[in-house]
Amino acid sequence: MIRLDDVWRIFTVGDAEVHALKGVTLAIERGEHVALVGPSGSGKSTLLHILGCLDRPTRGRYTLEGREVGALSEAERSLIRRNRIGFVFQFFHLLARLPALGNVELPMLFAGVTAEERRERAARTLAAVGLSHRAHHRPDQLSGGERQRVAIARAVVMEPAVLLADEPTGNLDRAAASEVMELLEGMNARGLTLVVVTHDPAIAARARRVVRLSDGEIQGSGVRGPGSGHDTTPTGTRTTVPDPRLGGG
Amino acid sequence: MRFLDLLRFAAGALRGHRLRTGLSVAGVAVGIAAVVALTALGEGARRYVVDQFVALGSNLLIVLPGKVETTGAAPFGGVTHDLTIDDFRAVERLPRVRRAAPLVVATDTVHFQDRGRAVPVLGTTAAFAAVRQLAVASGEFLPPRDLDEGGNEIVLGMKVADELFRGANPLGQVVRVGSWRFRVVGVLAPRGRSLTFDIDDDVFVSVRTAMRVFNRSTLFRILVDVRSHPEMQATKHDVEALLRERHRADDVTVITQDALLAAFSKILDALTMALVGIASVSLAVAGVGIMNVMLVSVTERRAEIGLLKAVGAQDGQVLAAFLAEAVLLALGGGVAGVALGAGAVRAFVSFYPSFPASPPLWAVGAALGLSLAVGAAFGVWPARRATRLDPVEALAGR
Ligand SMILES: Nc1ncnc2c1ncn2[C@@H]1O[C@H](COP(=O)(O)OP(=O)(O)OP(=O)(O)O)[C@@H](O)[C@H]1O
Ligand SMILES: [Mg+2]
Repeated sequence: MIRLDDVWRIFTVGDAEVHALKGVTLAIERGEHVALVGPSGSGKSTLLHILGCLDRPTRGRYTLEGREVGALSEAERSLIRRNRIGFVFQFFHLLARLPALGNVELPMLFAGVTAEERRERAARTLAAVGLSHRAHHRPDQLSGGERQRVAIARAVVMEPAVLLADEPTGNLDRAAASEVMELLEGMNARGLTLVVVTHDPAIAARARRVVRLSDGEIQGSGVRGPGSGHDTTPTGTRTTVPDPRLGGG
Repeated sequence: MRFLDLLRFAAGALRGHRLRTGLSVAGVAVGIAAVVALTALGEGARRYVVDQFVALGSNLLIVLPGKVETTGAAPFGGVTHDLTIDDFRAVERLPRVRRAAPLVVATDTVHFQDRGRAVPVLGTTAAFAAVRQLAVASGEFLPPRDLDEGGNEIVLGMKVADELFRGANPLGQVVRVGSWRFRVVGVLAPRGRSLTFDIDDDVFVSVRTAMRVFNRSTLFRILVDVRSHPEMQATKHDVEALLRERHRADDVTVITQDALLAAFSKILDALTMALVGIASVSLAVAGVGIMNVMLVSVTERRAEIGLLKAVGAQDGQVLAAFLAEAVLLALGGGVAGVALGAGAVRAFVSFYPSFPASPPLWAVGAALGLSLAVGAAFGVWPARRATRLDPVEALAGR
């Protein structure tokens, strides 16, 4: 599903070069739940942006669903973002002037979906994140947890294959964080591939696989099977087993 | 993305900043209002002049000595070959000519008792009143009489009569021009300024007398009243051919009203355009205002732009969204400006009812088109800046 081969990302700042990613090789299978951890500045966000086609590798190959994405035009990449990828951010990034429903409709607006269908699908997705009763509230009238759930509804309303979340619980208290994670895990259980960047060991521990970045390099990739503790395989190609703890959302 | 959705999205963004939106709309509105009002005034001036020409008599041909190119420029200057009374006689006899009047002009002081007034003295014939469609307030115009007879009758314009007689009845009184004495036979009804002369401030004597008094042997003009309007061009050619034959040279100019009108129209069009040009400066300022607002908006909404890209908005769509905002701002200003300009013109007309000013339809259309163009032209750069934003950086700025 996702395959990175020796991916480098080098930023040029003035005369200096910052190596944010140094030869990352990684494979993520359909339906996996991967936690991306590592110290600040280790390149987690950079990696996520590349996975999400918001950024391109300086070197190396990125293949998404069999297509080499680095070679595509900007227009094609935006179509991939629209149809195959959902983003969730630490700071929600909801449009303050639109109500929850309008925010969820946004991706469909640019996809040219008719107004009635947009409304209907957005309402359905808001219901799936348990926010039907907040559909007409603007973001400033919602709690942090509710905002993030609106953002999740927006991320999945186009029914993407991959959901990329950059510290989705970074701005939430423990209860709200847990709610949000349960929501994401429920979607993952129904087949959505989930990649979550986090600093929180408790959040990371919920993932089936933990990919550890350090200074732009993958340090280890631990896969938790049911019953087993930690094992480390460098490329993490093992298939995932559905976790019986997680129900349907 | 559907067009209506695009507009709604842009309008939603504008509604988020009511004050800023209102101010930029007002900026454009002032510029557009200026364009509308000034074109209305320019158009009004043009129509006013046209009305004046119509008042001059619509079948009028004016013959003047000297050959002047009448294409474009008004006919002034040129080498003069004199027009004579005999020329006039010949012209008058042309079949398509209903009537004609000779004209000699000089300025002199008309005295009554101890009062005097320097006025143009026009020497002509009885036909002049009909040719120029003049009405008499009291008495009568110059009596019909053979051309070679002089006569000492004088007809006063209303202003001259008022000035010299101060309400007393001038009819039958004697006035002096130089050492010559004239008997007042009529006073003209007020007519007002009519482009060439202020008829109210003229006096009229018979052409022979005028030539004698002012020692002239030639005519200043011959005015020709053509039988019917469709025959204007043919009559013009008749007169030209006749005088070419008589003078053995192509040395007179015959102007139709249409030619004069065209010349004036051109001048007034230029005037209107100049006014519009001035108004456009304020539009350009308003455009820069829009650009400024949109640049601020793009800077403020970096995160939004990043998000739009992250959810799959294509560069063209981001461009269209921001361009639509600029165009909506300008178009809103355009509509408000047309209303404002039309209101201003209406107010003006209520003060000067005789001035036929109203915003021409083309100007309203052009104003709206112009506002659209301003929005697009000044919106495109900020919109392009929006599309060029790197989504990662845009999102990182929260
Ligand atoms: N646009 C950029 N220009 C220059 N350097 C950059 C840019 N973006 C990231 N970097 C650098 O690349 C490295 C990795 O950054 P990245 O944001 O991926 O880290 P991170 O693991 O997400 O950190 P954090 O946990 O603090 O979010 C850092 O050293 C950062 O300074
Ligand atoms: Mg980060």
